[in-house]
Amino acid sequence: MTPPRRTRRYPRHEPTPPPKPAKEGEEKNPERLYVVAGAAEDGARAALDLVTLIVARAEAPPSATPEQAAVLRLCTAPLSVAELSAYLSLPFSAMTVLITELLTAELVQARAPIVRQAVPDRSLLEAVMHGLQRL
Amino acid sequence: MDFNGSDTIPGPRTEDHLPHTAQAAAKIVIVGGFGVGKTTMVGSVSEIRPLTTEETMTQAGVGVDDNYGSETKTATTVAMDFGRISITDQLVLYLFGTPGQQRFWFLWNGLFEGALGAVVLVDTRRLEVSFDVIGRLEERGVPFVVAINSFPDAPRYPIPQLRTALDLTEDIPMVECDVRRRASSRDVLLTLMRFLHSLTMTGSLT
Repeated sequence: MTPPRRTRRYPRHEPTPPPKPAKEGEEKNPERLYVVAGAAEDGARAALDLVTLIVARAEAPPSATPEQAAVLRLCTAPLSVAELSAYLSLPFSAMTVLITELLTAELVQARAPIVRQAVPDRSLLEAVMHGLQRL
Repeated sequence: MDFNGSDTIPGPRTEDHLPHTAQAAAKIVIVGGFGVGKTTMVGSVSEIRPLTTEETMTQAGVGVDDNYGSETKTATTVAMDFGRISITDQLVLYLFGTPGQQRFWFLWNGLFEGALGAVVLVDTRRLEVSFDVIGRLEERGVPFVVAINSFPDAPRYPIPQLRTALDLTEDIPMVECDVRRRASSRDVLLTLMRFLHSLTMTGSLT
């Protein structure tokens, strides 16, 4: 019995198939790999990742909306945007709008995620391996 | 959802709180076709009960056989199950199980670029389901390993034959696994981390 066959693909914008597709792809646009979380400038939405950790900086002020108050209650300990989205049953995009408001009001702090870089962080990978081995 | 009243909001159990020292999180994506075992794998290694995050995708209809002048729109909800593993007091790892269907991919633009790497979960009964997913990862330059989830009634092929069928280069790790077992799922993740680590070694030589 023969399984069906696939044809390999290569990173986009590459005129010739490189021998190491994964590495070439990482290098083609490194600045996109860095996700910076922080307060929004001029009302723009903060660049939030699913795994940006959100921590409350203050209790909900009386002016807070029920949604904002719910986030602040959940974030007394660090919690990812994905977890907030799950617990509040809000789509990810709606969640980022809500968190951007809270960042702008300086009611929460965002801890930027570790994202894949053109030059991977070897010590990070080793830490993850050690952590997994303890499972 | 009703946000009024703190008692109605579900939240993490006390034992699921991350320490305040948690500084940063990284993510790994598990991709594969429907029913291949992504959610099972997330659940078998996660320290929290797997959660679901959703996104709503609105797509303008492209059909021509609908009413004149009325643009049809279809809303699709795409759900991703995810879990969490605390690595150290400072570092947290998240695992996202992501549908492999092509039309969902653009929705999660950025998710894959930021992920440390991906696990492609494969079912040998429906090998072709993973073809597009693997191609997408290649195009985006996301490093990945291939894990063959061993279903009892699935045809068994030798790894070299599967490598040829999937058109994978020799350097891409392929492992068999049983995602219902925590140790097996953990070993798949370790295979991915070792592969990523090996890429840093080769990268330092160039």
